[in-house]
Amino acid sequence: MRKNGVKMIKIKAKDVDVFYGKKQALFNISLDIEENQVTALIGPSGCGKSTFLRCLNRMNDVIDICSVKGEILINDFNINDKSCDVVRLREKIGMVFQKPNPFPKTLYENVSYGPTIHGMAQSKQEMDEIVETSLKKAALWEEVKDRLHEPGTGLSGGQQQRLCIARAISVRPEVILMDEPCSALDPIATAQIEELIDELKKEHTIIIVTHSMAQAARVSQNTGFFHLGQLIEHGSTDKIFKNPDNTKTQDYITGRFG
Amino acid sequence: MNLILFTFIVLLGFTSYYFGRKKAYTIQSTKKRLTALPQFYGYYLAIWCAIPAFIIFSLWAIFEPTIVKLLILSDYSNQGYLDDELNLIYEKTKALSRGQFTGEITPFIEASAEKYLSLRSIAQSSKVVIVLSAIIASVAYAYKRISSNSRTREPVEKFLNAVLFTASLAAILTTVGIVFSLIFQTIDFFKVIPLFDFVFGTHWYPAKAFVRDSSEALDPTMYSDTFGAVPIFAGTFFIAFIAMCVAIPIGLMSGIYLAEYASTKVRQYAKPLIEILAGIPTVVYGFFAALTVGPFLKELGTSMGLEVSAESALAAGGVMGIMIIPFISSLSDDVITSVPQSLRDGSYAMGATKSETIKRVIFPAALPGIVGSILLGVSRAIGETMIVVMASGLAANLTLNPLESTSTITAQIVVILIGDQAFGDPKTQAAFALGMSLFLVTLCLNIVALRVVKKYREKYE
Repeated sequence: MRKNGVKMIKIKAKDVDVFYGKKQALFNISLDIEENQVTALIGPSGCGKSTFLRCLNRMNDVIDICSVKGEILINDFNINDKSCDVVRLREKIGMVFQKPNPFPKTLYENVSYGPTIHGMAQSKQEMDEIVETSLKKAALWEEVKDRLHEPGTGLSGGQQQRLCIARAISVRPEVILMDEPCSALDPIATAQIEELIDELKKEHTIIIVTHSMAQAARVSQNTGFFHLGQLIEHGSTDKIFKNPDNTKTQDYITGRFG
Repeated sequence: MNLILFTFIVLLGFTSYYFGRKKAYTIQSTKKRLTALPQFYGYYLAIWCAIPAFIIFSLWAIFEPTIVKLLILSDYSNQGYLDDELNLIYEKTKALSRGQFTGEITPFIEASAEKYLSLRSIAQSSKVVIVLSAIIASVAYAYKRISSNSRTREPVEKFLNAVLFTASLAAILTTVGIVFSLIFQTIDFFKVIPLFDFVFGTHWYPAKAFVRDSSEALDPTMYSDTFGAVPIFAGTFFIAFIAMCVAIPIGLMSGIYLAEYASTKVRQYAKPLIEILAGIPTVVYGFFAALTVGPFLKELGTSMGLEVSAESALAAGGVMGIMIIPFISSLSDDVITSVPQSLRDGSYAMGATKSETIKRVIFPAALPGIVGSILLGVSRAIGETMIVVMASGLAANLTLNPLESTSTITAQIVVILIGDQAFGDPKTQAAFALGMSLFLVTLCLNIVALRVVKKYREKYE
């Protein structure tokens, strides 16, 4: 979103290095993410784009041998700082994974999971409202409103992924990270999710990792191209796809490698 | 002799494998397409070589002694001997033929012994001849089939199928056999002791049955109030309950620690260490309970002004619980570890802490497996014998005081069957009745466990 024509920067990564044990996975990544825009991260497998995504909500903490260096400023606050409360951070930064991973609970419990652990609802009624709004925003409400108390794992793949999106937005995050959210889905479900992403960017900043160049071109306003742990080029999607500065980007986009 | 023949058949089997395969290569060299890989030709020939021979061999081993005996004793028929006497004559004959007979040698016996030896040698040589000719015939048949490049893969696969089927059949038949022997003895028991007395009687005192003089006729009334199983059932469940009170919390928590909190290094050492607990023989737990824990509890109780029996249910149950910890911890660790990482990631990404993730996501997902491991632990607790025999006493008190001594089904079976027993005696049969009820209890537990697991599976998968 541009306020008075000025780009609002939501996330500012400065010189981020990531190591798995002794192996360096990301080199010196500096990247600005615009608010209320969709930023796509593209690149061949193993290039570090998912690793970078996981830095943004400190999910790399879960991996013992992983260490992150550098600054990541979200709303001008460095999330790699010791004073950062990971629980609050992840409340603000939601995440959707490659494979739909609904909890083995009912649909309702899946969506109310986040609001429950963050104590966001004072009454059953309030919780019902949160669940309904979240499911509506995830374009799933009409399909499931009569079976909220059935297991979430009984849905189809595309529905499960939308359930995971509903779960992520239930805590009203400012940023949503999506790690190849459509790679396990069929074309119709993919189209539904892409439509949803477009809708969601009105209220959330979205960063999506994708293998599909076409998807990046369809859904994103900005694109970053990763290769071998380095951010080769980033800029507006239009520019990256039509007139990239770097020949590597050009080669990847035109399908010459990757 | 038998061993040589046996080895010979095995060697022939291997040789035929080699020749079968070689034949296949020869066929292949004539540019014909084989119906299967060359090994199958080898297996086919080897099976045909060895299997008929083994079947004849084993049938012979089963029937030879009977036939020889019949032939020997046919000399003594129509002379008015009783069956027992005939058996004795046969045993004498056999002993004499081995040169181990020490009694008076009568001409009859001597003649029989000679006849026995000659029969045995005829039997041996005819066995060799028949087995060898069977091998020749079947190998010839199979070799002809191979040469004409007939199918070999299907028969070999069918044979393997049959072997595997036989193995599982053997396991199933053994189980069925054991259950039936339990059932028949149990039925005999309940012919003397009314089922009602057994199930609802509150007084268990099988020693009373010792007093009977075996020459006296069986008088069921003297057993009333002897075989009331309520106290020992109560004791069994009570001790199992105490054991589970120890095992479930400690086992489950250590399982969760190992699976979720422990670093790879700690886990690497801690898990085998806990599993060592499972490797300690129960007899060691038994005297640990009887000689260390029991007296310790008694002293502790006395110092607090409580009356504690040296052989208390608490000591037995507590030690039994320690014994069961590794089952529960190890199994629940496995189950928790197998919960997909994606569920953990999903929960962490929502901002949940580790304990919230475990409580709200991982534990429910792992619940069927955890319930399964707990029920497995319960079955072990109910079936455990050594610890209770040593540490909980043998007097079947009906009590719910953990400081008193009580007894269990398994301990009573031991008491009943130690020393001399008479078959057909209600006291001995009581052991079968107890075994049967123990079997029924564990069976029900397993069925419940399966039901629970299945129910959750349907819900979550």
